[in-house]
Amino acid sequence: MNKKVNLKLLIEIFTTFFKIGAFTFGGGYAMIPLIEREVITNKGWIKNEEEIIDVFAVAESIPGAIAINSSTFVGYKIAGRIGAITAACGVILPSFIIITLIAAFFSRFQNNPIVKAAFMGIRSTVVALILMAAIKIGKKSIKDKISALISILTILLVLVLDIHAIFAIVGGAIVGVIIYYTSPKKAAQITGKGDEDN
Amino acid sequence: MTYIKLWFTFLKIGLFSFGGGYAMIPMIEKEIERNGWLSATEFFDIIAIAEMTPGPIAVNSATFVGYKAAGILGGLFATIGVSIPSLVLILIISRYFFKFQNHPLNTAMFYGIRPVIAGLITTAAVFVSETALFKEKLSMDLLIKIFWQPLEVLNIESIFIFLVSLIALKRFKLHPILTIALSGVLGILLFYVF
Repeated sequence: MNKKVNLKLLIEIFTTFFKIGAFTFGGGYAMIPLIEREVITNKGWIKNEEEIIDVFAVAESIPGAIAINSSTFVGYKIAGRIGAITAACGVILPSFIIITLIAAFFSRFQNNPIVKAAFMGIRSTVVALILMAAIKIGKKSIKDKISALISILTILLVLVLDIHAIFAIVGGAIVGVIIYYTSPKKAAQITGKGDEDN
Repeated sequence: MTYIKLWFTFLKIGLFSFGGGYAMIPMIEKEIERNGWLSATEFFDIIAIAEMTPGPIAVNSATFVGYKAAGILGGLFATIGVSIPSLVLILIISRYFFKFQNHPLNTAMFYGIRPVIAGLITTAAVFVSETALFKEKLSMDLLIKIFWQPLEVLNIESIFIFLVSLIALKRFKLHPILTIALSGVLGILLFYVF
């Protein structure tokens, strides 16, 4: 990572990721093809396709917003630490500006009866959107009885006992680790399946 | 004090948000309720706004909650908080991660985490439906009433819009933004005009 970092390159990184942040609706997954096109085809910052696929694999498997993760990682690859920070700022700033404006504006209109009625309707769609996301991720992650049980247990613990989501996530990870160390047969099966995903 | 609290709360949320924005909803809801930053309904409206505006849901909701709790600076602190885990983790991981990425222990951990994420997103749907589709809070009482006096607890217009959007999204592959716009129009027609 000892590439010479100059101001011009940093400005270019910033504007590229600002553009990506400003034009992707629907969050991180929608951003992936855009980053790919800008970084490989348009700017040539990353040379081969495989490198960018690894970036997205990492971005999806660590915590944090996928959009920020992948932008930071690409920024790092182009210009080291300072590149990572520049790319992250670029991709975050459009949302920050837009949402601040909306928040300021929305408070004035949220008690307007027409706006209220519109949002009553929109909330139903939000339920539908979240439900579809749950089904999509459920299909990918629930593969056997144990994983189905983990999902059901999570729903019950969060809804009925009101436990914090963090405990559920840590609990899930612990279950995975326990299986890995106690049941070699099951572990082989899981990791075999896991490899197919990647 | 509020700034630091916002920063730290969203740092925590950022650190534990796997699988994109929706899985964070139960977590954010709990935090805003505990700190009295927003009402649940206001927060669910943010999710709709976050869907309609560019950028990640995590950043959008951090900015919105922060702004509502403590103005522009509040928004800034919350946004920085939610972004820092990504930044720090990437800087650490980009050096070492590739060695571990395909380690079976890592795969085994995610075998356990992914179904939790699916469960969390389902509870997010339930939380939002509480204010969107039903007239009272979810409880055993409500479950019983659904069968005996459905008209008393179900919001019929909302359920109609819910079904319309589900069909629009799944069957006709209508873009989420357009579906939200459609449901806004339906909302004005059903709740305001008639």
